[in-house]
Amino acid sequence: MASVQLNNVVKKYGALEVVHGINLDVAHNEFVVLVGPSGCGKSTTLRMIAGLEEISGGEISIGEQVVNDLPPRDRNISMVFQNYALYPHMTVRENLGFSLKIAGKEQAEIDRAVNEASTILALEDYMDRRPGALSGGQRQRVAMGRAIVRHPDVFLFDEPLSNLDAKLRAQMRVEIKKLHQKIKTTIIYVTHDQVEAMTLADRIVIMRDGFIEQQGTPSEVFEHPVNTFVATFIGSPPMNLLQGKVIADNQLAFAEGFTLPVPQEFVGAVKAGQDIVLGFRADNLMPENHALDLDEASPPIKMPIVVSEPLGTETLLYTRLAGGEIQAKMLKPRPVVDGEVLTFHLDLARCHLFDADTQKSLR
Amino acid sequence: MALDLNFQHRVKARLISIAHTVTLFIAMSIICIPGLWIVLNSFRPTVDIMAKPPVWIPRDLNLDNYYAMFGGAGEGGVPVLQYFTNSLIISVTSTLIALLIGMAGGYAFARYRFKGKNAIFIGLLLTRAVPGVALSLPLFIVMAKTGLIDTHIGLIMVYVAMNVPFTIWLIDGFFRQIPPDLAEAAEIDGCTRWQAFWKVEFPVAKAGVASAGIFAFLTSWNEYALASQLTRSTFSKTMPVGLRDFTSEFTINWGGMCALAVLMIIPALVLTFLVQKHLIAGLTFGGVKG
Repeated sequence: MASVQLNNVVKKYGALEVVHGINLDVAHNEFVVLVGPSGCGKSTTLRMIAGLEEISGGEISIGEQVVNDLPPRDRNISMVFQNYALYPHMTVRENLGFSLKIAGKEQAEIDRAVNEASTILALEDYMDRRPGALSGGQRQRVAMGRAIVRHPDVFLFDEPLSNLDAKLRAQMRVEIKKLHQKIKTTIIYVTHDQVEAMTLADRIVIMRDGFIEQQGTPSEVFEHPVNTFVATFIGSPPMNLLQGKVIADNQLAFAEGFTLPVPQEFVGAVKAGQDIVLGFRADNLMPENHALDLDEASPPIKMPIVVSEPLGTETLLYTRLAGGEIQAKMLKPRPVVDGEVLTFHLDLARCHLFDADTQKSLR
Repeated sequence: MALDLNFQHRVKARLISIAHTVTLFIAMSIICIPGLWIVLNSFRPTVDIMAKPPVWIPRDLNLDNYYAMFGGAGEGGVPVLQYFTNSLIISVTSTLIALLIGMAGGYAFARYRFKGKNAIFIGLLLTRAVPGVALSLPLFIVMAKTGLIDTHIGLIMVYVAMNVPFTIWLIDGFFRQIPPDLAEAAEIDGCTRWQAFWKVEFPVAKAGVASAGIFAFLTSWNEYALASQLTRSTFSKTMPVGLRDFTSEFTINWGGMCALAVLMIIPALVLTFLVQKHLIAGLTFGGVKG
């Protein structure tokens, strides 16, 4: 059991720098999720922690011990790979016990640890099968079992659910969460799926182009994104963004003559003539009679529906506003005809303003 | 109407399937009949072998050719056991060496990035484009100068050189199919790089190594052209070269030659049979996403 620190960690491939001096503190027993689009450096970061990639600069410590030059086997970590990486020539039992066997443990001890892991992950019925004879979900569980038998200081997960179908993914997500509750251990988890990040993490670290953009609890990054990238990356559907300008009398002006008052929270933080980006989530733009109570309702906005997506408990509405396509939500939905014009209210208290140049939050 | 159309298609499918079977039968006959003819002739007296028109249905089968082959020098005997031992020593040793080099080379080509990798790889394969016979004179001179002519070691070196490019190429292909994640997982599980190779990657690539081994063994076992140049005496002659003992100035002992040929085929057949289980590469996959 241990904490993990990354100080100014840099990764270069030749002249190409892909991770630019990132700093990260993962507390003992914390579940941290690194999330970001492909090529953001999240997997590389994880592999550097694992010792599978050398670091080009900075320092990585696991439990107070600097591990920069230690091979993976001396870091007391476990890793679950995206494609599981089970040993195809060994049975499930041998796969689970492999690390203990390599460590030279007694057979009785190996059996005990393997049986314990198989009970936790409900693998008892498959112990003598080879990985080739298992389904995707079962392989995934064996991969996790292989990781837990060693009682490592740190668990590393590299997109472990991305090869599963949607239903199984949701199921395994819950299992991983339960596993963390059961075997309190530090977990660093990499994914490109923001839903996984939101549901699993104690803390989310959002990466882009080799930099950390923001880190915080799921609700922090959801409610207070520091820039437009985080705002659109976290949350589904992504946050709506509208380019605009602050004009006199604390009004915001957008294309096609659309105006809104500056949200109370930002009065004084912006000045007339400033270019801004307004951000708001679909959940905060709802048609009349199909909305929650709004803290700071905007004047009514009439918009035509382009497409509607009924999701059962709510309907997602694609509409046009100020020259852009935006999404809104209808609670207690009724059938909507494409082209129908509805009256919406925006909850200004839940809106975000970003600087148009830096894309950073003006909060 | 629809019935007619269905009928037509059924007839067509049937005809195609018959044509398929007949073609396969002819192809297999072309491949198998010479081999069967050799086996058959090894049990027949010379009169039957040389008969014109050929005697298709055997009349008199016996083991005379085999007795004679193992008999004294004056009764058509040849040092079969010595030739067999020579062939075995040379083929097995050269195969093992070629496999060791092939695994090291194949692994390096599959896993590491280094300068000139493609050029070296193509260069290796190009050596296979040189016909072996073209090398016989230079090889003869080199071997004569170094005193390696008529020795096991000389022939082993030649066969290793012949087989290495092919084993590297074949084994490289198998290692490429094994995801690097497997070795990484093994390293995280506590293995050194070396252990990760021997405990995880090698067992998974075993099928590939086995098939490369069979190819190397059969090449060495059957090679005639170079062996006939580089061996002289009973102490180094291999079985294919030994076949020539049955030709004399005026006669060829076809029956004896066929008998020795049959003896030659047996180990190759047995080996292929034993290893064929490993040749089924299906085992390789399953450890990663299916």
